[in-house]
Amino acid sequence: MTTLINAQGVSKAFGGVQALNDCSLEVEKGSITGLIGPNGSGKTTLFNVMTGYVKPDAGTVFFDGSNITNARPDAVFELGIGRTFQLTRIFSRISVLENMLVATQRDDSWLRGLTRSMSSKEEVASAMEWLDFVGISQLARLQAGALSYGQRKLLELAYVLVADPAVILLDEPAGGVNLTLINGIAEKIRTLNAAGKTFLIVEHNMEFVMSLCTSVTVMHQGTDLVTGPPDSVRANPLVLDAYLGGGDDDEPAEDVING
Amino acid sequence: MADEKILKFEGLFAGYGGGDVLKGVDFEVNHGGVTCIVGPNGSGKSTLLKAVSGLVKPRLGQIWFKGTPLVGLTPREILKLGIVQVPQNHSLFREMTVEENVVLGAFLVKDRKVIAERMDYVRGIFPIVSERARDKAGSLSGGQQRLVEFARCLMLDPELVVLDEPSMGLDPKTLRLVFETIQRMNSVGRTVLLVEQNARQALKLSHDGVVLENGKVRLAGTGAEVLNNPEIGALYLGGSISAPSEAKKTAEGTGTSDA
Repeated sequence: MTTLINAQGVSKAFGGVQALNDCSLEVEKGSITGLIGPNGSGKTTLFNVMTGYVKPDAGTVFFDGSNITNARPDAVFELGIGRTFQLTRIFSRISVLENMLVATQRDDSWLRGLTRSMSSKEEVASAMEWLDFVGISQLARLQAGALSYGQRKLLELAYVLVADPAVILLDEPAGGVNLTLINGIAEKIRTLNAAGKTFLIVEHNMEFVMSLCTSVTVMHQGTDLVTGPPDSVRANPLVLDAYLGGGDDDEPAEDVING
Repeated sequence: MADEKILKFEGLFAGYGGGDVLKGVDFEVNHGGVTCIVGPNGSGKSTLLKAVSGLVKPRLGQIWFKGTPLVGLTPREILKLGIVQVPQNHSLFREMTVEENVVLGAFLVKDRKVIAERMDYVRGIFPIVSERARDKAGSLSGGQQRLVEFARCLMLDPELVVLDEPSMGLDPKTLRLVFETIQRMNSVGRTVLLVEQNARQALKLSHDGVVLENGKVRLAGTGAEVLNNPEIGALYLGGSISAPSEAKKTAEGTGTSDA
């Protein structure tokens, strides 16, 4: 396997807070890599460094062999790294469908302007297909600002999928999303992955991460603590202590009221 | 649990100008319990909570709080009645200290002695309020900010605490702490009404559950009834329960039932 994204020794401080401290992460081509860790451990900052939104104080990031350490966000996107945001970023004054069409313009060139009317039908069809997949195609004509929080997350997911980048970075795709739909999203990620798409996913839903990812990296206090297959990571005492909080994670305090 | 109803929704219709989001909501909230509202993205959960707090004006219908009609009251008047909401997005003033943020929660209280007493009370329930008293709220992790928001909401000594997705974005360890804290708030006499996409875990700690679907109540019952309803499980809880359920079988196949 070849390494598609290779971040080595990345450090970043915001004022007195050391958000990243000599952090390294490799994303293999064709993998679904999970990135987990406590709130404040630096996961989103690492995403921001890898996608050009934050300049690191030290360290390097390579994508498919080229150095993208200080590249601008649009250049990184152009190269083929697409991402979603934990707190969604959509254009709230245009329609849901128009948001999708903005995202399809990645391969834009002067020629595109000329051929636009020819291709736009396909673009709309493809956009509608993805909206349908995340279950919000009936809202296509609605102003995006009218969407609920969860629906915005779904739009953002559809938005990055329609842009069809080589690697997709998802920042908490399951947060605030209905449980049944989470399973649907996981299924779609598997399908896309089987077709060759690479994923890097930050997520707190352990069932989602452990059932989906081929490799999991745990971050703690700004650095990579453990990397390995899901089962070994889950059983690692360091991880239990830093992140899962001991015992199994999905039965909190169930005995208190209903027991 | 007292058999009394603290809150009643009667034929509630509400939206944001582009059609109704709530399309005739009817259900009752038991006094002294934890009631959890679940449902797909965009089903109207947050809108319903906003209507309770007076942030959305219903078009039709009524909400009764212990016999007092809430529709038409200002958010401030509703706070005074003893209903306090913690919103979905983080709402602390980042540049102010933890203590300043918590004190602000008592902005409707004039008596300094009362404020001091409540601060002591809140410190007893939330150690973080004393431990991080002088730190800027913005320097706290997401989960810690959540706890401070809870502490702030208790400064008005509310009878009804309304929580919109309190677990969103929290790591497993913190999520457990937040859920335990919700139970603690309930055990010191607060009725809790919450919306959660982390539906399975939330329903486990809730006395009552309500499924909202397309702006209407699909099912209302005990938390266990909602959790064990196979139809609801498949539609909104990520599939039927994996472990063979020893819980009592509930009425199946019905569209709606009352509390």
